[in-house]
Amino acid sequence: MNRLSWFNTVSLTLGFAFLYIPMVILIIFSFNESKLVTVWGGFSAKWYGELLQNESFLQAAWVTLKVAVLSSTLATVLGTMAAYVLVRGGRFLGRTLFSGMIYAPLVMPEVITGLSLLLLFIGIGLDRGVMTIVLAHTTFAMCYVSVVVSSRLITFDRSLEEAALDLGCSQAEAFRLVTLPIIAPAVISGWLLAFTLSLDDLVIASFTAGPSATTLPIKIFSAVRLGVSPEINALSTIMIAIVTVGVVTASLVTKRQMVRQRRDEQNAERS
Amino acid sequence: MMHRFVLIAIPYLWLLALFLVPFAIVFKIALSDAAIARPPYFPQFDWVEGIGAFLAELDFENFVWLTEDDLYWKAYLSSLRIAVISTFLTLLVGYPMAYGMARAPEEWRPTLMMLVILPFWTSFLIRVYAWMGILSNEGLLNQFLIWTGLIDSPLTILNTNTAVYIGIVYTYLPFMILPIYSALERLDGSLIEAAEDLGCSRLQAFWLVTIPLSRAGIIAGCFLVFIPTLGEFVIPSLLGGSDTLMIGKVLWEEFFSNRDWPVASAVAVVLLLLLIVPIVLFQRNQQKQQEAEQ
Repeated sequence: MNRLSWFNTVSLTLGFAFLYIPMVILIIFSFNESKLVTVWGGFSAKWYGELLQNESFLQAAWVTLKVAVLSSTLATVLGTMAAYVLVRGGRFLGRTLFSGMIYAPLVMPEVITGLSLLLLFIGIGLDRGVMTIVLAHTTFAMCYVSVVVSSRLITFDRSLEEAALDLGCSQAEAFRLVTLPIIAPAVISGWLLAFTLSLDDLVIASFTAGPSATTLPIKIFSAVRLGVSPEINALSTIMIAIVTVGVVTASLVTKRQMVRQRRDEQNAERS
Repeated sequence: MMHRFVLIAIPYLWLLALFLVPFAIVFKIALSDAAIARPPYFPQFDWVEGIGAFLAELDFENFVWLTEDDLYWKAYLSSLRIAVISTFLTLLVGYPMAYGMARAPEEWRPTLMMLVILPFWTSFLIRVYAWMGILSNEGLLNQFLIWTGLIDSPLTILNTNTAVYIGIVYTYLPFMILPIYSALERLDGSLIEAAEDLGCSRLQAFWLVTIPLSRAGIIAGCFLVFIPTLGEFVIPSLLGGSDTLMIGKVLWEEFFSNRDWPVASAVAVVLLLLLIVPIVLFQRNQQKQQEAEQ
């Protein structure tokens, strides 16, 4: 079928309008001169200026970024290890428990994860702050990373690894020289997923952040509870812009990689 | 073999310490009494007195309390109701979109797919917040409706359950669309042609062929929306009103406002029990699907 029927055209148009109009409105109103967020008072970028002068927002943004970089990196390492163990580890004691612990956080309500981690941190007397948020984010993000990486590990041809071992590589070398380059795209998308999850998280961070550390979502949430504000619109617009650029770039890069890979494979077959 | 042991041990111990142990603590505190102390619960585990003395102090008072106080019953039931209704609404909005995507020309599909995924990468909080300006009394929706002459006075939408439904459908829509789309995309078009050749009308073919063949996608999508919605906190607290009862919100308030840790933990335990059934069903559905593919 080459042309869309009118029904499909209508449902796609309405559906995407529903998905995108709220964000477009948000972006438009971030350039509103008026303090009243629902009345258009002329074009202005003044809220962006005020945002950049707001120390507490900048401070929170810095904490958020730090937490996201640390936790997503740690989560990528741990999640990749977990995926490797699950797919290649064979049998070991408590494997079922292990795979259960990998999948459970994915479906766990955030309020429960947050509450339980907070109770742990208080129980062992750990001061709450950046460190505790990093620990919390790493724990749930590593599960997402491990799901992404293990789906790649399952599909890839194991004989490549075996060939490397036959040719004299040690297990560690085979992993570094053969396995890692092949699963690299999955590892990178796992990192990106972990990074966004951490940037985004309000509930778990609220439980595990002490009074000393405030992340951007916590800050936004407490501001937004009082109602809509043009400054938050400006901040949201910046965040939407960053994500859009990131996602579009990532998809273009993967597309180019796929094209190159296909060309390489064709060349290899020909020679 | 040392290698392998370390490789297994590191993520294993991490999850034990930061996932399983915290749960054990929640269970334990759910069985404690509230106390005006720091931390505010009793009994605390004392290594010297040992487990025997600790167990003797435990009681199920908090769970009894949950059954006696109306608030919790109502919150659980209303969370369930909101989750069921909004899952159904998301399906109604998501299915036609997934269907349209699967029928779109092949060169459009990656772009359409990216358009569905993009909101998913955008901050959840911001997407919920975007509706606050639209749905409020002076909001754009009311301005628009008054301008068109459909209504004379603004409708109250923000801070009602209607706003919560809109918020849930909006934020969880990608979770519904993606599994249904992947089921529909694999669907063999010649089956529908065969049904039509054999005398089915288009609508009949859709009911008798397309829907049953996309069932796995529908089920997966519904669980992916239902499970997180049940414990949702952000949407009811920003878009809902004071009468919007959802268990995630109750837990949050019990913990942060009332500072009653034992009751908050008991609420968490019951929420977890409620979730076990759908999670197990979801897992089974996924497994069946995987086996069918192999």
